[in-house]
Amino acid sequence: MNLWLLLTVNSITLGGLLFLLSAGFSLIFGLMRIPNLTHGSFFMLGAYFGASLGMWFGVEFWLAAIIAAVLVAALGGVMERFVLRRLAGQEQAQVLVTLGISFMIADLCLMEWSGDPITVEAPPALEGATHVGALIFPTYRLAIILLALAIAVALWALIDGTTLGAKIRAGVDDPQMARICGIRVSRLFTIVFCLGAGLAGFAGMIGSPILSIYPGLDTDMLPLALVVVILGGTGSLIGSLLGSFVVGFLYNFGQALLPELAYFVLFLPMVIILVWRPQGLFGRRAP
Amino acid sequence: MKRIAIGIAILLLAAVPLWVGGSFYVNIVSQVLIAAIFALGLDILVGYGGLISLGHAGLFGVAAYTVAVMLGAGFGHVAAIVAAIALTLAATAVFGVLALRTTGIGFIMITLALGQLLWGLAYRWIDLTHGDNGLSGNSRPAPFGISLDPTNHFYYATLIVFLLVIAAVALLTGSPFGASLRGTRDQPRRMAALGFDVWKIRFLACLFSGFCSGIAGILFFYYNEFISPHALALSASAEVLLMVIAGGSATLLGPIAGATLVVVMKSVMSAYIERWNFTLGAIFVLIVLFMPEGLVPGSRRLSRWLWATLKALRGGTATPAESQR
Amino acid sequence: MITKFGRRAFLAGVAASTLPLPAIAQAAPVRIGLLTIKTGSLAEGGIQMEQGITTFIKEKNNKLAGRQVDLVVADTGGSPAGAKTKAQELIERDHVDVILGPLAAFELLAISDYVAQQKTPMLSLAAAEDMTQRKPNPYFIRASATSAQAMQPLADYAAKELKYKTAVLIAEDFAFGYEQMGGFQRVFEDAGGKVLKKIWVPLGTADNTPFIAQIGQCDVVCQGYSGSAPVKFMKQYTDLGMKTPVIGGETAGDDALLKSFGDEAIGMINSCPYTMDLANNANKRFVAEFTKDYGNIPGFYAAGLYVNGQVVEAGLQKTGGNTDNKEAFIAALRGVSLTDTPRGPIRFDDHGNVIGNIYIRKIEKQNGKLVNHTVKTYENVSQFWTYDEKWFLAQPVYSRDYPPLKS
Repeated sequence: MNLWLLLTVNSITLGGLLFLLSAGFSLIFGLMRIPNLTHGSFFMLGAYFGASLGMWFGVEFWLAAIIAAVLVAALGGVMERFVLRRLAGQEQAQVLVTLGISFMIADLCLMEWSGDPITVEAPPALEGATHVGALIFPTYRLAIILLALAIAVALWALIDGTTLGAKIRAGVDDPQMARICGIRVSRLFTIVFCLGAGLAGFAGMIGSPILSIYPGLDTDMLPLALVVVILGGTGSLIGSLLGSFVVGFLYNFGQALLPELAYFVLFLPMVIILVWRPQGLFGRRAP
Repeated sequence: MKRIAIGIAILLLAAVPLWVGGSFYVNIVSQVLIAAIFALGLDILVGYGGLISLGHAGLFGVAAYTVAVMLGAGFGHVAAIVAAIALTLAATAVFGVLALRTTGIGFIMITLALGQLLWGLAYRWIDLTHGDNGLSGNSRPAPFGISLDPTNHFYYATLIVFLLVIAAVALLTGSPFGASLRGTRDQPRRMAALGFDVWKIRFLACLFSGFCSGIAGILFFYYNEFISPHALALSASAEVLLMVIAGGSATLLGPIAGATLVVVMKSVMSAYIERWNFTLGAIFVLIVLFMPEGLVPGSRRLSRWLWATLKALRGGTATPAESQR
Repeated sequence: MITKFGRRAFLAGVAASTLPLPAIAQAAPVRIGLLTIKTGSLAEGGIQMEQGITTFIKEKNNKLAGRQVDLVVADTGGSPAGAKTKAQELIERDHVDVILGPLAAFELLAISDYVAQQKTPMLSLAAAEDMTQRKPNPYFIRASATSAQAMQPLADYAAKELKYKTAVLIAEDFAFGYEQMGGFQRVFEDAGGKVLKKIWVPLGTADNTPFIAQIGQCDVVCQGYSGSAPVKFMKQYTDLGMKTPVIGGETAGDDALLKSFGDEAIGMINSCPYTMDLANNANKRFVAEFTKDYGNIPGFYAAGLYVNGQVVEAGLQKTGGNTDNKEAFIAALRGVSLTDTPRGPIRFDDHGNVIGNIYIRKIEKQNGKLVNHTVKTYENVSQFWTYDEKWFLAQPVYSRDYPPLKS
């Protein structure tokens, strides 16, 4: 009984974290058609930045998370302006450069923070456990659910309710037409790339009290982000939100109930779903 | 001109054990050739077919594991190699049937997931694969009574296979099939309207790339006399893809240049450059910045440009810098 | 940052003209190859390995048994194929006399046959049991421990001193995990305990919660995580409000991880072939030098390489510094018996595996820092524990399904 409830709550928590990670990936891919394989590195870098702000300067958790997000967003901006900008439509060059940068980031992190894992304490207000019915559950993980929902709502409001959002939607649907209508698509690209990178960096810091920070965190997380985005369908916020929860549930229940198949619980359903619906569960069929 | 260049290249390769300086380097060249076979096959799909795969290390692994398991079960080399190729082709067919329901990012993701499943299988099917401990083999084949155990013999065997593969790739890409494959990459709808079976063309390309992955996997197993799940990991699939793209996709020499770059960085330069991983990443970024089409086409473009500039200079059009002197 | 010794740095010593040398041939430096991992997710242990051997060579003023030392460091990148290439580099290009490393079992297994063919002595920390049991390599020596060597005494301690009756085992889903847990299970059950469940977690698992949720009721949880994963596991374990005590082996409670653990690790009992609080001369010297040079405390990997250095030195002294006769050199190495090493006295069994102390430690907080405090020492522990060697070797190697659970 407890097991079921625990797994359910944890599925939602993990889903929330995955949403923070993958929303940016989805937006970037949806608007710019760039498969950003640096996304896992952004996540790891955000975690390292945030943790270091805390360790070296005593910056408080949430502030550290925000500064880390800004730093990673700035890095993303530089990457977009000086590298990806030149590569519009060149899928192969994009794969090469995003993977190349992820190699560099991984090795730089190893140089700066050595290989020792770093643990980050949850903010004091959220330490300890909360009783959910008969279940004891860490308060911080429950807070992640709320945070993810809040950010989902904020993003949705941004995309659906502001002019910037309207421009982004126009850019996703038909970049050429958007350009003709006088939308500065290039600036839009930079904004979206910064936003996506910043979200990943933020997610890294938010995830660090659960996952801890270690070399290899990037490659552990990147496939999860890919699975979410592919299942949910690219370019759709609702898709990545639902995809995150689907992955959260698959991951938790699959590994707990079918431990013998632990290696396959993510990728087997992914193959089945993609073969059945190549555009993902919630994606639109490509024109 | 071109024939002379090819002749010189083959001579240089044939003489590798004489000039490369020691068995360690001969082995490195063998590794480059194996990686190049793998990359050349993948390029048929990625470069000529426009379908990016992130799962080919899985196919590579199927071949290597089949040889290891067959030899372990007491079969001979011929049986093991034939079985490895057959199984790899079968696995590739499954890849193709499932992944070719879509193109673009969908294709990347299905191949990625299938590759991860094979990787998981290698880890988890312990009775067969011994999990992460891997499988060792302790014999290389001896075609025509010549043992491949000595470093140089193995190198020559690999070189012969490599030359056969590159010849096959050259024939394939130059054939009408190659032209129609490029057609499906650039204008799939028009090709379909012209009556070509786009799916079938792509499927055949997929099979050929899987075949090359299988050949490379077999050579890899005989070279290392060891196989473990690491060779099937996502990072291995990404690595061979990077070779193709960095060298220049849809060219014959590109994948070879890419394979050379990656193997030399990993295996030779890593002894001198402590942060070789960072350096390799930086080289990829530089390639993209200055030669986004890849090393081989990029250097061709640069040399043409250089040639033209030189010619213009010799033609007497003085540059501003010269006229000031 | 890591103190970087270039590949040739040790070559450039002053010619040892003032020293009496056994023979002209020995004027050449002794070449030690280190196979380690300096990039990727296993780099933490690999960097410690390099620091450990560097500390030793520096302490010896770059000279072993009268010969200069030339240390060649090779980074395998953590893959079996990389390990093979780097082993070839060390042996065929750099002509090393002895190899230290590699770190991971899968690397060791990938190069074992090759290194034996080349007759190069190899001293590795990699714990794969069969390397010194059912598939021995005559050129292999292990001065650290097999996977189960420290787990067997831990199980004894858990059953007899801590009086635990039931245990759940959780470890990563690969050979090192199986072998650790197998050794624990056999001894724990022979001492009257019962293993209720064995849980295998795939490598690279980000969130262990679904696995921790399967643990259920028991007296003790024994974890066999390695690398950086123990830190993550302990955090997620306590986050879920789990109160059952946790114990583990040398990778679970490695001293090098102490600065990364939070308070959740306090009280964890762990067993290790090395302990930082061992108060003998060699260890005091080692810890002082290491802390001074790297501003960091040494763990199991660093100490392991220091001990390997001592073994090489002792072997060289036995052959008068001669490494040309490889059979004689390996025989000398395997015959080494030392009393003053950072891990206490050691000698080797017929299979080249160490017989030495295993320390049971408890993580405590002292002056705001976590430390491992030794609570019991099992002396001269063999890889076969107290079992008869013939009987032990007749059993299958510890694996995912062996020993089976008793229902």
